[in-house]
Amino acid sequence: MKYNWNWGILWQTSIDGQNTWIMMLIHGLGWTLFAALCAGVIALLLGSVIGVVRTTDHKWLVRLGNAYVELFRNIPLLVQLFLWFFVIPELLPKAFGSAIKQMPPPWGSFVPAVIGLGLFTAARVAEQVRAGIQSLPRGQRMAGTALGLTQAQTYRHVLLPMAFRIIMPPLTSETMNLIKNTSVALTIGLVELTAAARSMQEFTFQVFEAFTAATVIYIIVNLVVVNLLRWLEKSVAVPGFIGPAAVGGGGH
Amino acid sequence: MAMIELKDVSKWYGSFQVLNGCTTSVEKGEVIVVCGPSGSGKSTLIKVVNALEPFQKGTIHVDGISVSDPKTDLPKLRSRVGMVFQHFELFPHLTITENLTLGQIKVLKRSEEEAKTRGLKYLDRVGLIEQKDKFPGQLSGGQQQRVAIARALSMDPICMLFDEPTSALDPEMINEVLDVMVGLAKEGMTMMVVTHEMGFARKVANRVIFMDRGQIVEDASKDDFFGKPRSERAQQFLAKILHN
Repeated sequence: MKYNWNWGILWQTSIDGQNTWIMMLIHGLGWTLFAALCAGVIALLLGSVIGVVRTTDHKWLVRLGNAYVELFRNIPLLVQLFLWFFVIPELLPKAFGSAIKQMPPPWGSFVPAVIGLGLFTAARVAEQVRAGIQSLPRGQRMAGTALGLTQAQTYRHVLLPMAFRIIMPPLTSETMNLIKNTSVALTIGLVELTAAARSMQEFTFQVFEAFTAATVIYIIVNLVVVNLLRWLEKSVAVPGFIGPAAVGGGGH
Repeated sequence: MAMIELKDVSKWYGSFQVLNGCTTSVEKGEVIVVCGPSGSGKSTLIKVVNALEPFQKGTIHVDGISVSDPKTDLPKLRSRVGMVFQHFELFPHLTITENLTLGQIKVLKRSEEEAKTRGLKYLDRVGLIEQKDKFPGQLSGGQQQRVAIARALSMDPICMLFDEPTSALDPEMINEVLDVMVGLAKEGMTMMVVTHEMGFARKVANRVIFMDRGQIVEDASKDDFFGKPRSERAQQFLAKILHN
């Protein structure tokens, strides 16, 4: 294979006539991180609520929560983004729909991407929150209830603080996934890191440099995030707590 | 008026009946020991008293308040009934002091300072004041159970329920917990205790309830129960556990 390597291309002016290609990639990274952050906030808040609801004894809320999780985790992310970008605006009242379609770039792509990623990831977070709560001994809920705490107080002060600590490792993976999943948003026109690399490849034909650079940036970012979250996990670790199994079975 | 009064209480898990027409009462200051083979419903009996488990038939009154009445403020009622569990159920992410104050602050609306003073008073009483800044996972089982008793006492309960408080403990830690319970009984605390510790029953119980297959088979004074249990099931049970 004959290929003209040219790493210098990264420091040459890009197609916009002002910034270098590397700056364009970093600009893309900015959108990657911003989209991941916004979607992450939605996913954490909504996912926690749905996860909690699924562990209560309100039959209909549990069903509703289960339905949400099954719906959003069983449809491919790409399809979901297409739905939010192409289909939903058509289904909304006309004025509202066209207002969405006419949002200036990058918001016209960014908003559906964040909604799609957020709701998709929320289903996964909900599943983990549910698993975390259910991994706690049944007696923990009883102990909170027996003290006179309301159901909300029992969740807030007894169940969730431990459940979130227990699910920190899977939530860390979920965060990594979310950052990487933002690349799917290029299909609806968001110029995030992968899209920036693709545009660099299309204009310069330096496909190896473009995607090597993007790969390295993804790896560095994810390493930073994973270490931050590991540090967070350690700093909230409970002294003497070995794991849910060590707490005991929870009585009869 | 009895402190705890159960009338004809029945409970089913699906089609399986765990409690079958249980009727008994606990007077103020009385100590009742509930025993019976495993699966006899004794844990369930104690958990329906503060509505930790629902029941389908009968009535339960605690201090004159109906437990099954939908108008009853259950959290308030439960806050007045101390409960100690087999597996301690301290909150692992909170320090011992925070474990003692959580309910006082959130339920009884006491100030943090007042809650701490009171909590530490009872922690001192169970002999663990020097452990106040540790986490539950750093204490032994016996110590954790003593903290759990202090946590219940901090709420100024009108009566206490114990659900096999020593069953999960190593043998050498059982007595440190029983000693605390004997002390409470002698002070006149109203107690309903599910336990196999017949030594404890002999020492402080007023009455012993023997359960089998969801029914209260025997409800007798301590002397009658240990002297001449009426039912054959209770005789067999006693013969078995007193052998060890």
